[in-house]
Amino acid sequence: MFEGIDLNFIWFVLIAFLFIGYAVLDGFDLGVGTLHLFTNDDSERRVLLNAIGPVWDGNEVWLVTGGGALFAAFPHAYATVFSGFYIPFMILLFAIIFRAVSIEFRSKSESKQWRHTWDVAFSISSVLIALLMGVALGNIIIGVPIQANFELRTTLFSLLTPYPVLVGITTVALFAMHGAIYATTKTEGELKAKLRKWANTSMIAFIVLYVLTTIGTVIFVPSMFKNFSNSVFLYLVPLISILAIINIPIQLNRGKEFRAFISSCVAIATLLVLFAIGIFPNIVPATIAENSLTIYNASSSHKTLGVMLIIALIGMPLVITYTSIIYWIFRGKVKLDKSSY
Amino acid sequence: MDAEILARIQFALTICFHYIYPPISIGLGVILVIMEGMYMKTKNIRYHRITKFWVKVFALTFAVGVATGIVMEFQFGTNWATYSRYVGDVFGSPLAAEGVFAFFLESGFLAILVFGWDKVKPRTHFISTMMVALGAHLSALWIIVANSWMQTPTGFHIVQEGIMTRAEITDFWAVVFNPSTLERVSHTLSGAWLTGAFLVLSISAYYFTKKKHLDLAKSSMKIAIVVAAFASMFQLFTGHLSASQVAATQPAKLAAFEGHYETAPADLYLVGWVDEANNKTYGIKLPGMLSFLIFGNTYTPVAGLNEFAPGDRPPVNIVFQAYHAMVAIGMLIILLAYLGVFYWWRGKLENVKWFHHVMMWSFLLPQISNQIGWMAAEIGRQPWIVYGYLRTKDAISKTVDSGEIVFSLIMFTLIHILLLALFIFLLIRKVKQGPDGDNSENDNPEQQLQFAE
Ligand code: HDD
Ligand code: HEM
Ligand code: HEM
Repeated sequence: MFEGIDLNFIWFVLIAFLFIGYAVLDGFDLGVGTLHLFTNDDSERRVLLNAIGPVWDGNEVWLVTGGGALFAAFPHAYATVFSGFYIPFMILLFAIIFRAVSIEFRSKSESKQWRHTWDVAFSISSVLIALLMGVALGNIIIGVPIQANFELRTTLFSLLTPYPVLVGITTVALFAMHGAIYATTKTEGELKAKLRKWANTSMIAFIVLYVLTTIGTVIFVPSMFKNFSNSVFLYLVPLISILAIINIPIQLNRGKEFRAFISSCVAIATLLVLFAIGIFPNIVPATIAENSLTIYNASSSHKTLGVMLIIALIGMPLVITYTSIIYWIFRGKVKLDKSSY
Repeated sequence: MDAEILARIQFALTICFHYIYPPISIGLGVILVIMEGMYMKTKNIRYHRITKFWVKVFALTFAVGVATGIVMEFQFGTNWATYSRYVGDVFGSPLAAEGVFAFFLESGFLAILVFGWDKVKPRTHFISTMMVALGAHLSALWIIVANSWMQTPTGFHIVQEGIMTRAEITDFWAVVFNPSTLERVSHTLSGAWLTGAFLVLSISAYYFTKKKHLDLAKSSMKIAIVVAAFASMFQLFTGHLSASQVAATQPAKLAAFEGHYETAPADLYLVGWVDEANNKTYGIKLPGMLSFLIFGNTYTPVAGLNEFAPGDRPPVNIVFQAYHAMVAIGMLIILLAYLGVFYWWRGKLENVKWFHHVMMWSFLLPQISNQIGWMAAEIGRQPWIVYGYLRTKDAISKTVDSGEIVFSLIMFTLIHILLLALFIFLLIRKVKQGPDGDNSENDNPEQQLQFAE
């Protein structure tokens, strides 16, 4: 099956697609979570929650499926990264659990104390998830100390160096902006005005941090740019990325929130494509270059990649179809009713 | 304690807690489809109201199921890295397929099921309910494909590749339909239907004892009795198929189920105790019955545990007890389900007080059986993680030390206890509140208008 086709490359692209899908979709609900505590009003908080209510779980499935696909296509990457980042990963899981239940539990009681507790859990876990994912990404960019036998051992503190932390904070700001813009498309009146303000603030924070991160990358990890010498077309990606980011404030000022949201989706997607181009053909670059996990030495057999490709070709169009239908059904402004949180 | 034991305890703990919720989601999913289907057919607003009530219970369960499931998805990588490298080529595919084919379906249509009542036509809503239930069943299918492959591995070969040995797929369909898949999927699903049905029975019985929401209780109980009557017989049937399958593929596990040491015609114990120090089993037994169940006669010898080196045997007594308790509870479940059928037939479902008091607690029976059924299956296959190929002790992450596992173990223990406590608390609250707007039959005039048109 698929003789002579570089399935490893195809799976690198597909997994990138899954994680980009995750970042673009769950990114906005993590962002809404980040901003959740900025309003004190219960009904405003409810509107925010219900803006993501019907979709956050489906968004998270992109992560779950990305994890499963990574396991199937690149088992060594799955094994090395998750066992190597053990403690931060456990903290991440902890945050994911609390976030999932706090959305559901919050509405189950009218008590102020109860709601406040779950609001705090929801918001802190949202920030923590964005931060940890950014830190993980940052560490992968600079390379991790993988040994010759593929094993990796790190500690929480060895991962918290300045560059990864900067990437982490940038991610928080990016998602906050993304979430604020998404929420403006779902709200009206006073809350919408507030959200526009938060969108602007987080956008400025993001742009500053983004510039700093780029400077950091140029100085500390110039290897991230090596692949650009392969083809001039690759320069289109950073170009689109920058145009998309510039377009966000323009559209926001014109009151075209939906277009601003699309731009912010494009910005997130292109930033991750840049990351993928930067590390390719590695999946996890190592500090000692020969030990890096690449799309060839970390992968499953050709046969498995072929089977998985068929699964993806059947499954993903279905997924995209009904995800679109569900977003379509829940389009428009949030109105609180009996089935709301 | 060493890292192996800790990692095993952690896996067992997280999967056992996770497995409290999925069976409810799966079983309740089926019941929701039946309830809403009856509404579609009869247009009787009563079925609409009870569906809405049970959807709330479903949503709560689902949320906790998702929260506890995510841990499982990544735990193979964190705690069982060596295992992941060894089997990734085979084992990853069903896990990925579960995401693509099942989780997206469930979580997507759940949105319509829970929030879509007034946003879509009743038919679309009904289709969404069916899709959610389908997704839950597919997710069980794929994860049990993965688990069954570990129990009875086929469709692969072992390759020596670079630094490490690993299994590679040779035949995908042989992996999916390995010798134990069908038996175990059907047995597990049937256990899940029972779990959902008995939860509904318990809550309905509670309403009878309190003389509240009788309308809801009556309709719900009848639907649940139908499901329970069917599923309990199917459980026995698929359990029997599973046992024959275990006899063929995992003889050490079967011997442990019955504490059978000497290779000889085998007996079936009703209750018993295994003295592992002296390789002896005591108890009340039906002579030759195990041979009879497997081979159709009482004299064919069955391989005993003595055939296996001590290092290749599972812990016997715990497996024996778990297995026997599961079967005993299975019989009790059949009894209760058909008592329900009997009282319904006699038209006494609403007045048999003792039955209500017993049924109120019956939700525990399938829950317990699920847990101990998994224990029998999983402990019974020890010391292997991939039966006959990879030992559990060789499967753990090499770079994770016991201190780190202690940290995550304590964390998960606390979180899971907290989640379970909150789940029970919120479930009880929901049950006490009852369905929305119970005092007026007309709580959703819009919905009625749609049908009047
Ligand atoms: C027989 C059924 C069954 C079994 C044995 C398991 N699960 Fe499960 N799981 C489900 C049935 C299920 C479900 C019915 O699909 C869930 C449960 C709660 C829910 O309502 O969806 C779910 C949720 C769920 C989720 C969250 C999905 C989402 O975000 O929507 C993940 C990642 C997993 N599970 C992963 C696992 C793994 C890795 C398991 C084994 C080690 C496992 N589950 C055992
Ligand atoms: C009625 C008599 C029953 C019999 C004869 C029976 C038999 C079996 C057998 C032989 C296994 C082991 C299969 C394996 O290791 O591959 C098993 C596992 C299991 N049983 Fe049962 N069982 C019965 C009742 C029940 C009930 C009532 C439940 C729950 C409601 C249940 C839930 C399970 C579960 C969850 C497993 C683990 C999954 C699996 O391996 O299939 N069983 N059962
Ligand atoms: C289909 C989903 C699965 C379920 C519901 C399940 C359930 C269980 C249960 C109930 C136990 C025994 C609890 C105890 O020892 O007290 C157990 C043990 C264990 N399972 Fe599974 N399991 C599943 C899949 C897996 C998978 C995919 C692995 C692969 C890593 C695995 C590895 C283990 C290990 C290592 C133990 C510890 C065994 C022991 O300590 O005796 N299980 N599991």
